[in-house]
Amino acid sequence: MQSPVLRLLMRRLGISLIVLIGVSMLIFSIARVIPGDPARIALGPNATTEQVANLRAEMHLDDSLVVQYGHFVADVARGDLGMSLYTNRPVTLDIAQFLPATLELVLFAGVIMVACGLPLGILAARHKGRWQDNLVRLFTLLTVSAPSFVWAVILMLLFAFYLPLFPIAGRISDIYEIERVTGFLTIDTLLSGNLLAFGNALSHLVLPACALALSGIGQAARLTRANMVETYDRPYIEMAQAYGFFPSRIARMYAFKPSLIPSLTIIGLDFAAMLGNAFLVEAVFAWPGLSRYGVAVILRKDLNAIMGTVLVIALTFLIVNIIVDLLIAFLNPRIRHSTRASL
Amino acid sequence: MIRAFRILSGNPLSLLGLCLVALVVLVALLAPWIAPFPTHNGAVVDFAFANQEPSPRNWMGTDLVGRDIFSRVLYAYQVSLFLGLVVLAIAPPIGAMIGLLAGYMGGWTESVLMRIVDVFLSIPPLVLAIAMMGVLEPTLTNAMLAVTVMWWPWYARLVYSIARSEREEGYVLAAEVIGASTVHIAFREILPNCLPAIITKMTLDMGFVIIIASSLSFLGLGVQPPTPDLGSMVAEGARYLPDSWWLTVFPGLAILVVVFGFNLLGDGLREVLGVNQ
Repeated sequence: MQSPVLRLLMRRLGISLIVLIGVSMLIFSIARVIPGDPARIALGPNATTEQVANLRAEMHLDDSLVVQYGHFVADVARGDLGMSLYTNRPVTLDIAQFLPATLELVLFAGVIMVACGLPLGILAARHKGRWQDNLVRLFTLLTVSAPSFVWAVILMLLFAFYLPLFPIAGRISDIYEIERVTGFLTIDTLLSGNLLAFGNALSHLVLPACALALSGIGQAARLTRANMVETYDRPYIEMAQAYGFFPSRIARMYAFKPSLIPSLTIIGLDFAAMLGNAFLVEAVFAWPGLSRYGVAVILRKDLNAIMGTVLVIALTFLIVNIIVDLLIAFLNPRIRHSTRASL
Repeated sequence: MIRAFRILSGNPLSLLGLCLVALVVLVALLAPWIAPFPTHNGAVVDFAFANQEPSPRNWMGTDLVGRDIFSRVLYAYQVSLFLGLVVLAIAPPIGAMIGLLAGYMGGWTESVLMRIVDVFLSIPPLVLAIAMMGVLEPTLTNAMLAVTVMWWPWYARLVYSIARSEREEGYVLAAEVIGASTVHIAFREILPNCLPAIITKMTLDMGFVIIIASSLSFLGLGVQPPTPDLGSMVAEGARYLPDSWWLTVFPGLAILVVVFGFNLLGDGLREVLGVNQ
């Protein structure tokens, strides 16, 4: 193991595995808190006592909690999350169907968040204390002050009803028949070579992604500003100013780069928040994603599906965090070129 | 206190925050007296006035069964503020205690406690609360429980990071040398140094707790009707956009106003107490 980045990756994978085991325990214990008999709930009020007893045996509900947890982990490791009571299909299939829509939405929102949040933060830091700074501060405070569903409703009202620029709901208009390859409609439409369909899918994506990104934009901008203001106080910035470099060059090359690293950590956390907020935005825009599925199964107390959904979201978040950590390691020369594991 | 108030009131944005928070608290407390239709916080129907747009009689219009939305918003503020206060009375002490123990004791205690905290932090907060509400009955008490469970780890991590750096300070060493007990050092020596950060985070969190709680009820997993709640009011009205816009817009703006107030106040408080992010 020569490369420090590789060593970091192995370490992060190890920690993530421990955390994932913990998460599975947590989800398992939440599922066991449920009042009432899961087998009875699964079968409905008309089932006979015998049927319930059979299902209890099948679900290992008569064993001790430790044994039950063992069965749960063994099943999950095989990719078997059980059957959903809501769709009557394996939960794994359901998740495979609905996850890409949510990921597409969250990734697109993430791009918007970075593309708007970082420049706003840089703008505020460069004009610290002046009207630009105050305006950005007001904007960022406003965006984090309402839940995503409020932004979703407001954006929908403004840009889908009053100014009909974007479609109201869904992922794509019904007239397009797109063969499912990746589940990401923007990619699938491009693969099929249908540019009209691509434009249609993209326009469906804009409003939900903006609603999801808004509070993240605020947080990313605030943090970038705070970090850059701190960096601007460093002696080497003064040195660069003394050399007579253009302010834009100082901002770009000397102040922004070191400030980016702490911002990235928070962007990773914002990503987690967006995975949660997707539940709200998908509900408003009738986005057929995992979160909408999650709400549906929760309202029906569909235990297998609830556990599967939460587990997959936690796993997605862990993977994103590993990617963010690697990105930081790659951007930070002190880690990239270090000879010993200093993290 | 007076000095803090003077600094706060020197910044127009912080002052605005203070005013918004004071206003919301006041109207929530006085709701039974100032609401035009005090009985409309429950299961009342008045179909003669159903789904009316804003008018001098109903400032924010009426909902689908004819209840005054302005009155319901005032009562919903009571629910939101109460929930926020309860969560912030329970989660920070629990988190602070665990963070203190982990940060000061170090070693095995630290590893085990902080790994548990990591587990809680590795599920997106809202998802954890949603999953808990999925298996619990949707009531106000359970919503408070679910939000508390997702909230304490953030305080644990905050206090942990402060306690770990304070552990090496001279005054802690001095207390150890004269034989002070672990409990004394953790709670009487280190904890006071964590308080400014904890208090600032609590003010900033009040808004976030209200956001999360209204998100739960937006999904139908929180406070149940007929109890008025800003989140469920938005959810009910969202089906009738854009025609009956007042059903969603006013409760939505009501959330924005209270959370914005707490955020401005918290932001100002951070400067007064000199706490960094």
